[in-house]
Amino acid sequence: MVPVSAYLIVAIVLFGIGTIGVLISRNVIIIFMSVELMLNAANLVLIAFSRALNVVDGHVFVFLVLCVAAAEAAVGLAIIITLYRNRDTVNIDRFDLLKW
Amino acid sequence: MSEYLFLVPLLPFFGFLVNGLLLGRLPKSVISAVACGTVGISFILSILLFFELKGLPPGARVIEQVLFTWIPSGDMLHTNVGYLLDPLSAVMILVVSGVGFLIHVYSVGYMGHDASYGRFFTYMNLFTFSMLTLVLADNFLFMFVGWEGVGLCSYLLIGFWHERKSASDAGKKAFIVNRIGDFGFLIGIFLIFWNVGSLDFRVVMERAPEVFVFGGGLITATCILLFVGAIGKSAQIPLYVWLPDAMEGPTPVSALIHAATMVTAGVYMIARTNLLYMMAPDALLVVAVIGALTAIYAATIGLAQNDIKRVLAYSTVSQLGYMFLACGVASFTAGIFHLMTHAFFKALLFLGAGSVIHAMANEQDMRRMGGLRKYMPATFWTFLFATLAISGIPGFSGFFSKDEILWKSFSSGHGHWLFWVIGFVTAGLTAFYMFRLLYLTFYGKERMEESTRSHLHESPRSMTVPLVVLAVLSLIGGWVGIPHILGGTNYFEGWMEPVVSGGHAAASQALASGGGDAGMEVTLMVVSVALVLAAIFGAYTFYNKRPELATAWRSRLSGVHHLLVNKYFVDEIYGTILVRPVVYFSLFLWKVFDVVFIDGFINGVASVYSDISETVRTAQTGRVRTYATVFLLGVVVILAYFIWI
Repeated sequence: MVPVSAYLIVAIVLFGIGTIGVLISRNVIIIFMSVELMLNAANLVLIAFSRALNVVDGHVFVFLVLCVAAAEAAVGLAIIITLYRNRDTVNIDRFDLLKW
Repeated sequence: MSEYLFLVPLLPFFGFLVNGLLLGRLPKSVISAVACGTVGISFILSILLFFELKGLPPGARVIEQVLFTWIPSGDMLHTNVGYLLDPLSAVMILVVSGVGFLIHVYSVGYMGHDASYGRFFTYMNLFTFSMLTLVLADNFLFMFVGWEGVGLCSYLLIGFWHERKSASDAGKKAFIVNRIGDFGFLIGIFLIFWNVGSLDFRVVMERAPEVFVFGGGLITATCILLFVGAIGKSAQIPLYVWLPDAMEGPTPVSALIHAATMVTAGVYMIARTNLLYMMAPDALLVVAVIGALTAIYAATIGLAQNDIKRVLAYSTVSQLGYMFLACGVASFTAGIFHLMTHAFFKALLFLGAGSVIHAMANEQDMRRMGGLRKYMPATFWTFLFATLAISGIPGFSGFFSKDEILWKSFSSGHGHWLFWVIGFVTAGLTAFYMFRLLYLTFYGKERMEESTRSHLHESPRSMTVPLVVLAVLSLIGGWVGIPHILGGTNYFEGWMEPVVSGGHAAASQALASGGGDAGMEVTLMVVSVALVLAAIFGAYTFYNKRPELATAWRSRLSGVHHLLVNKYFVDEIYGTILVRPVVYFSLFLWKVFDVVFIDGFINGVASVYSDISETVRTAQTGRVRTYATVFLLGVVVILAYFIWI
């Protein structure tokens, strides 16, 4: 049986990759994907503990998050497409009008 | 009939509402019908009420109508909106609504071409309402409402042609100077309320003898403060300066407000409170001295003025001085009598002057008039009647009232021969400047320009008819008060007796003590008539027969003439010692206190905050990745805090 700590290490690695992706990438789509990665790292932790403690609460939670993530992905991609249509770019550094 | 008393003031108010609310939507014919009609019905009601009052026994000639309680406050203050008709207010409403009606009719012709026709009649009706409220009010506070109302209308009508700066300035001057007087009047009312505990005229008069000590400081102060209000409203020294400037208004306004009615409000008020004044001989002396000084002072200025309306304005100030002189020697009846006759002939003089100005295309300088007699005969003849009346030619109304004042100022217990001398000299001056005006305007060479001369015309019927009616009144108006000494029955004195019984008693006492003065009365009468005739002859010589004499004397007395033409430089003196300091102090408050201190503090607080936010707001870069980094750091810090600390 795979110990919980292994799942947690994978989750931390995934979360770290996602965080770094958000912080360093300029492409909005990459950032979006990194955010999804962080989300799924959190899902992995939930599943792992649910399995180890033998309760189904975690499963329910994860299904809920997956549903919300699917909806959120649709909205997020729509926003990105609109941004691209308006500004001809998806470089995050060009979207800095909301300041001062 | 008496239940309709409230309609007397309310009808003009109704006219004011109709004309005021539908301003600019009514044709001129409807405006004039409403304005004249309401005042006319008021006048008819006044006549009916007068006869009803006359039908009552002399002691019971009081009709009081309380409409509702205005201010019910505790046990003390209980002010009604109520109207009181007694012989005094009956005379006043007859004069106000009667003369007011004639002047309204006259205005239909005079203001016919004015663009603001409706506005004019709106103000005029509001004025008539306020004035009738003033004279009919049954308590001090309600009277004060009318008092302020007429002041407001006076301001509005002086500045009627507000696009002219001099007119709007004159309006402001009148309003501000009146404010000074009203200040005293209000404090007088406070003192009465404080001491008597009521503001109702009849209650105050009833309780005054118990509350106040005869001749005491309190009653003297109260009366003098009330008189300060009268000084302002009735244009006496030292607050007379607004009245000559008030001539900037349309001439019917000068006739109605600044000659016949509003300016006499002070005289009315003193007659109304005569019981208080009878208890304060010192205050009476103040009234008499101010009145006498104003009478002669304004008459001398009138000698040298060239503007036809200004001469009449100073004449009004002078005649008002006469009325106060009468009140000051405790002969309130004579004061009110002169108020009435003066309303007739002075309104006529102003309306006649208006007719002249109308024909002369708004020229007011008498040096550019002359010879108008043959162009406007109706105006000339009516004007002549008024001039004879104001000069005091026997038979005309002014003779009886002026003679009564002169005699009372000599014979009354509060009188003095000096008052008589002043009044006597003033009568001569009055005759002189009035006939100077008459000769300069209607006789002699025609000094106007050719373009004006070709347009000279008699005024329309709506203007001449009021003139004729007033001319008849100027003649017969005094016949109700023919003194006993001339074989007449002094109806007017008998009529007023219930109101001024206190004054009458003192006057008859004084008469009784000097009972053998009948010969004296006739002598004084003859002497004053002789002086008036001499003055008229003087004016005839100077301004008609030998005009070069007037020029010669003018250069011989150039110093005096200079002083008189410039009105003793009083406006300049007031400007320097009163107006200028106030203006500078206001400028200090504006430019230094307000701008530097108050604005500086407010702006300082605001700029501190704006400086802080100026610095702090740069944190908002708008860069998403910066936000994300800070967000992550924040999470790390919080986690670290929970884990290790």
